[in-house]
Amino acid sequence: MDSLLTLANLLTEAPGVAHFMAVGAVMFVCGALCMATKRNALGVLMGIELVLNGANMNFVAFGSRQLHNGGNFLGLDGPLMALFVIVLAAAEAAVALAIVLNFYNNHDSIDVDRADQLQG
Amino acid sequence: MNQIYWPSVFFLIFGALACGFAVAVLLTANIVRMAFYLVLSLAATAGLFFLAGQDFVGAMQLLIYVGGTLVLLIFGVMLTSQERFVSMKTMAGDWLIGLGAGAALLFLLVIAATSVPNWRGRDAAEVQQMQVEKTAAPIAMGLLGARVDQINEPAQANIVRSGYLLHFEIVSIHLLVVLIGAAYLARAKRKPASVPTT
Repeated sequence: MDSLLTLANLLTEAPGVAHFMAVGAVMFVCGALCMATKRNALGVLMGIELVLNGANMNFVAFGSRQLHNGGNFLGLDGPLMALFVIVLAAAEAAVALAIVLNFYNNHDSIDVDRADQLQG
Repeated sequence: MNQIYWPSVFFLIFGALACGFAVAVLLTANIVRMAFYLVLSLAATAGLFFLAGQDFVGAMQLLIYVGGTLVLLIFGVMLTSQERFVSMKTMAGDWLIGLGAGAALLFLLVIAATSVPNWRGRDAAEVQQMQVEKTAAPIAMGLLGARVDQINEPAQANIVRSGYLLHFEIVSIHLLVVLIGAAYLARAKRKPASVPTT
């Protein structure tokens, strides 16, 4: 519990990597729950975007020189990994949207629970 | 000493926006509202990237993610938003299991993030004295294969100063293949050719 107190009294202190990781963790968990609970296929896609952004937040925070406070430092790896994640997310969204539109055209529905043709 | 440190205030604002709209994406059942909340959440994330000193990544987040990927998603929403698909309720059992698992995962992640002393914030006065560095040039040179950020470090045998040219090529070809594939998948179905009657 003591460690959670580091997130408090932020108004007079500089934010650190841990604060960014906490924001990223909230976005990651929201995205994972979106992927698990949404029935609309596009909602699942939005959950994926949230998960990728939550992970990106960690890359950016660990690659930032002004947040760095000793320990391991990602340096240029951090922002470049974040850029690659952004580009791959764009690619993933394009393909996933094409698949979703195909599913919608073939089944006249966008409910992921209806996509059970491969079920044995 | 207890002056308000303004970057922290902006961190709190952007962090609250990003987290709040992420939770709103999860809680709302309306797909159009989900798309709108997602745009706001990702834009606030770009603000957090700027606050971390990564201005180039923040700009790319706004350009590619908010300006490109999410517009694509909103096109998807518009193409499929028939009356019965706009609002699809999640079942109560799913909510129960999901929120339990999500709370446990969030607790674990936050505990892990705050338990390392090196990951806590620096002294505010120390941070204010740091030079603001531009990040676009080292990233661009790194993508071309030259690490200008390591140029002053002493040469050691076990440090490999490699750039990111190979990664850049792989991502480029991946993007090309993916776009061709997406165009192939999403193409309009050709109607069966009517047999010409002669």
